[in-house]
Order: sequence, then structure tokens, then C-alpha cells
Amino acid sequence: MILPALPALIPLITIIFLLMNFRRREWQPWIGLTGALLQLVLAVYLAVHIKSHGILVLHTGNWEAPFGITLVIDSFSSFMLILTGIIAVSISIYSIEAIDRQRQSFFFYPMVHGLLMGVNGAFVTGDIFNLYVWFEVMLMSSFVLITLGGEKKQLNGAIKYVTLNLVSSMLFLAGIGLLYGKTGTLNMADLALKMSLAENNILLNTSAVLFFVAFSIKSAIFPFFFWLPASYHTPPVAITALVAGLLTKVGVYAMIRFYTLFFVQDQLFWHPLFLWIGGFTMVVGVLTAASQYDMRKILSFHIISQIGYMIMGLGIFTVAGIAGAIFYMGHNIIAKTNTFLVAGLINRVKGSYDLKSIGGLYKTHPFLAILFIIPAFGLAGIPPLSGFFGKLVLISAGFSAGEYVISFVALAVGLFTLFSMVKIWNEAFWKAQPDDKLTEAPKDEKLPFSMVLPVVLLGLLTLTMGFAVKPILSFAMDAATQLLNPHIYIEAVLGNSINPEIQ
Amino acid sequence: MKSHILQIAAARLLPVTILLSLLVFYRGHNEPGGGFIGGLMASAGFIFYAMAFDTAEAEKKLRVSPLYLIVTGLSLAFLSTLPALFMGNPFFTGEWISIYLPFEAKLKLGTPMLFDLGVYFTVWGIMLTVIFNVMEE
Amino acid sequence: METLLAIVIGVLFAAGVYLLLRRSIVKLILGIMLLSHGTNLLIFVAGGLIKGQPQFTPGMTDAAANPTDPIPQALILTAIVIGFGITAFFLALMYRFYKATGTEDLDELKEGERV
Repeated sequence: MILPALPALIPLITIIFLLMNFRRREWQPWIGLTGALLQLVLAVYLAVHIKSHGILVLHTGNWEAPFGITLVIDSFSSFMLILTGIIAVSISIYSIEAIDRQRQSFFFYPMVHGLLMGVNGAFVTGDIFNLYVWFEVMLMSSFVLITLGGEKKQLNGAIKYVTLNLVSSMLFLAGIGLLYGKTGTLNMADLALKMSLAENNILLNTSAVLFFVAFSIKSAIFPFFFWLPASYHTPPVAITALVAGLLTKVGVYAMIRFYTLFFVQDQLFWHPLFLWIGGFTMVVGVLTAASQYDMRKILSFHIISQIGYMIMGLGIFTVAGIAGAIFYMGHNIIAKTNTFLVAGLINRVKGSYDLKSIGGLYKTHPFLAILFIIPAFGLAGIPPLSGFFGKLVLISAGFSAGEYVISFVALAVGLFTLFSMVKIWNEAFWKAQPDDKLTEAPKDEKLPFSMVLPVVLLGLLTLTMGFAVKPILSFAMDAATQLLNPHIYIEAVLGNSINPEIQ
Repeated sequence: MKSHILQIAAARLLPVTILLSLLVFYRGHNEPGGGFIGGLMASAGFIFYAMAFDTAEAEKKLRVSPLYLIVTGLSLAFLSTLPALFMGNPFFTGEWISIYLPFEAKLKLGTPMLFDLGVYFTVWGIMLTVIFNVMEE
Repeated sequence: METLLAIVIGVLFAAGVYLLLRRSIVKLILGIMLLSHGTNLLIFVAGGLIKGQPQFTPGMTDAAANPTDPIPQALILTAIVIGFGITAFFLALMYRFYKATGTEDLDELKEGERV
């Protein structure tokens, strides 16, 4: 019985091998890539395994459920694990050429795998304190990745990033403390059981709000998103793509897990709040993005706006809504990472991310234009790409749940997203190259194969998620059904020892 | 500022801190102490040595790069989780053996201790890597 | 005792937030440290204060009726270790920041950073 621990163990073993061969710099990318591939294969295997065998539970150290740390993989976790695997593989391939030698030799690959270990660990754990520990593992690695290289603007962005994330960790920890003080357990399933019995008392609400703020900061939701655009555009684009794709989604994952499994008593308060916050997140993100001219900043603000859709799905709180949020998360992780990678390719050709000083790419690199248009229009939600179906499911779920305002907001935000993407398209691809604005000589006219390959693969995935929407959506539906029936999870973790009258 | 007194003190104190850290590590299973504190103490000896001489000298004294300490530590911690699988228990279960020594002494060895040793080496290695890096600048 | 500790936690949080809002990055780090101490103390109090009792007692004695909960202590220990790592990282970051910019005042670094 080691299977549920493997998603966190494979990155650990990869780190051991990476550090062992630290002096052989040319081996590093290949070891990293092997580790990432193993992770992806394992994640797919786990998904298949869960499909046939039900939720996978491991009581580490032979400590029975409410006492020890339990690792649990349900459909939602395995879906997230597959996405992490995909991103890990693409970033590993992309960074062979995209990360400079100096950064590669200063713990780049060990830190990437440290981050993956934290992300995977957060997805498999069934214990709230363990979740905090995995968050810290992930944050610590991301701190190092974001400051790696030590450029002035990088350090400047990092200070905001580090400070706000630490504050959010403190709030998370305080929430855990209060929850533990009230319920005397840290196991998620046991918490769900105990809290379904507890009357709605003040400490539970306090800790629910603390968790909400903590996860909101981590996932960059409306009033707490300021750290994200201040820091995400500073590191090299491969690192930005990795953290942009994964980190905020771990926050959303935790939020969906917490507010479907055990903070379910006070629905009249939380669900309207989620809808409002989701709406504001979408609108503010997309409007701020429209005023930016740095590609990475536009894309960073769009991360925020996209998170709004996932929160909206959580706020609708029907099977279709949650399934839409999960599907949307899948689409967004892939397409968002891909747009950042394409921005990196544009920078490789033009030597700048500033839309005002680049142009004419359509003439010189038509292939690049196609590579850009797939994820960008996917994000905007043009059929038949994946974003269209994500939005379709969410908005139809919103209409059928009677949440008309948020559904119209979601529709309108889709239009504005399209506007931003078309802006990048116009400025970078169609407009002629402004001659006076050439800041640097073009670095490289020919793009290295290892940087194009992951972009092509992710683009194909976006297309696949659009054309083969049925199986993926039904997987998301399964996951959502599991989430909305917490007793499945509770039974899987605690076994049959629970009181039957609660079900 | 190379102080002769400091250098002699650092050189003499180094074996003492290592010994003390091992003691604290061994004590740690049932009493205050453990791998983390032990690792910190061991690294403190070397950091003091590096302050008295310089980092290159301290690394020479250590003989291996601090990186390999991290590798050793992580590997030990990882390996300590595996014996449980061979015993048919879930991952990470603590397995113990007792070795009976002469004079009625008993040495209890187990995977939690191996894990703790892994922590000891990892903390030691990471502290030295970070501090040597900062000191070299 | 709980009331006193609750007040101490409040003071730690207030001081931490105050320091976070200062411009100096050294004070920022001090603020983070105070916040983390406040949080650790919060877990300690939330776990329940029982004076002078052991955690585990061999055999059934009086102490076994009302043992101290060991979990909050384990949680705090973990949180302290993590906090230690983060503080070390933050100090190194501050050092690099100071070397790169020659200042520890966050307000002097606005160029092009407005969003």
C-alpha cells in the first residue's frame, strides 16, 4: 500500500537524483523530464484505478483514520494530478532551452520538483494540517523559483509575493488552530462528520472565514489579488507559466474541497458570497487586463478573471456547477500555461514582451500565430475550443440554478477576454513592426524545437478538450457528484465505523 | 578579521559540537532533542568554523559538498518508509528491532530513527548550503 | 490563563500587522515573525490548557483521566520549523534585495511597478 503516496514521492525521488548528479548539468533536464513523465503516467494510472476501484485511501504509518495522516485520492484529486503531470512535462521540455545556464545550475530543477511535490501532496492529502505543510513546501519552492536569478525587479516582485503568501499561511494556520480547538480533529472526513453534528457556533464560522481569506489570497480572488500582477511577470516565462498554471488552482482546489466537504452548514451565507466574489473577480481582472500593454501582465490579470469562473461554479453549488468549475480548471491550467509559453516564444523572437514595441509576427512566423490563437481563443471561449464548453456548462448551470446576474456577467466577461486576446493578436501579429521601437536586436529568428513542442502539445490538448468534451465532462461530473455527496468520501476514509443515522 | 583565538576555538569546538549533536539526535526519540535540533547543532559547528576561517576552509573540513548531505538525508528519509512495505504494513509504519548489548544494555533501532537521521542530514546540509552561499557573496 | 494568552495573541497580531505596514523591509520580516508567533500561541491555546499533566501515562493513574493533548504541540513544532525556514529565506532575500538596490525602504522602488 504505497500507491496514494506516490504522487508526492516521485518528485522527492527525482529531487534526490537531481541533487546527486548536481555537477553534471547536462543531465539535469533529462532527469527532471523523466520524473515529470513518471508523474503523468502515475496520475493517469491512478485515475483509471479509481474509476474501477473507488476512492483510494492510505492510512500512513498504520494509524487509523482520525488519528494519523490519511492520504485520499478521489476523482477530483486524480483529475488535478493528471493536470499537474501535464504541466510538469511541458515545463520540463520547455525549460531545456528557455532557462539560462546560470539559473539551471542554481537549483532550478530541484525547485521545480519541490513545487510539484507540494502541489501533488496538497491534492492527495486528507488532513488539514498536512495540507498546510504541503502548501508551505509548494510556497517555499515557488519563493526560490520566483527570486531565482536575483534581478532587481524580480526581488521587488518577490517581496510582495512572499509577504502576502505568508500572511495567508498564518491565517490558514490560525483557522486550523481554531477548528482543532473546537472539533478536536484534523482529518477532513472526521471533520465533516463532527461538523454535521455540531450546531453552528461562532468558532466554526470564524475559522471558515479565516480559511476563506487564506485561500482567497492564495488563489488571487477579488479583494486579495494584488500580489499576483505585481510579481508574476518578473521571473523568466517558464517559471511564470508553471506558477501561473498551478499555484492559484491549488488554492481553488482547497476551497472547493473545504466548502463542499465540511463547511456546508451555512449555505445561505457562503453561496451568495461566492457568487458575488466570483463576479467581482471576473470583472476586475478582465477590465484591468484591458488597460495593460505588457503581454505577461495582460495574461496575469486574466488569471484572476478566470479564477472568478471557478468560484462561480462553487457558488452555484449544483452538480453541473461544480463539474463546470472542475472542467474549467482543467481547461484553464492547460490554456493559461500555454499562453504564457507562447508569450515566451514571442519574446524569444522579438526580445520584448511589450506590445507597443513588437509587431509583424504574422508575416515572419505564421506558425506562431496559429500556436497563439488556439490557447488564446480557448481562454476567450470560442467554439469549438475547451473554454467554450467550460463556460457553456457553467453558464447553463447558472441559468438552471436561477442565478441570472452572475451568468450574464460571465457572458460579458467572456467578451472582454476576447477583446484582450484580440489586442495581443492585433499588436503582436498583425500590426507592422514599429521600427523606432526595437529595443533589442531580435535574439533568435529560429525557435528551438524543445520550446515549440510543449506549446504544440498543449494546443492539441486544448483542441482535444474541445472535440472530446464528452468523456472529460463526464469525468468532471463524476468528480462533482462525489464532492456533493460527502458521505462517499467519509465512508471511504473512516470505514464502516461511523454512525449510520448521519448519512 | 582573522582572529587567532577564534580560529583555535572553532577548530577545537567542531568535534565537540558534532558529538553533542549526535547525542541530542539519539536522545531525541523519547526525550527532548531529535534530528532537527541535532542537524542545527552540527551545522552551527561548521558555520562557526567558516566564520573563523572562511567557507572554502570549512567545506574542506567537511570533505563533501553540503549538497551530498542533503542527498544522503533525503535518501535516508525515503528509505526509512520502505521497510514497512516488506512487513506488509501500510507505507510509513514504524518498524523496530532491539539489539541486546552486553551489560544488559539495549539498543532500540527503528525506521522512525532512520527517518530522524535523514532529517538530521537534510537540515545540516540545507543550513550549510544556504549559509555558505550567503557568506560567499 | 486563557484570557491572558488571548490578550497576548491579540497584541502579537496587532504589532505584527503594524510592522507589516511599515516601509522598512526589516520591520516587514519582524512583523511576519510576530504574526507567526501569534498563530503558534493561538494553536496552543485552542488545544486547551491543562496544567502539569503528562501526555501519555503508562497504567491508569489519576493523570490518565485528564491528559494533555499532544497534537497542538506537534502542530506548533511543525509550524515553528516551517517558520524558521521561511524566516531564513526571507533574511537571505532581504540581503540580496539590499545588495541589489542599496536600500531597505520599499517605497523607493516604484519604477514602473504601478499596476
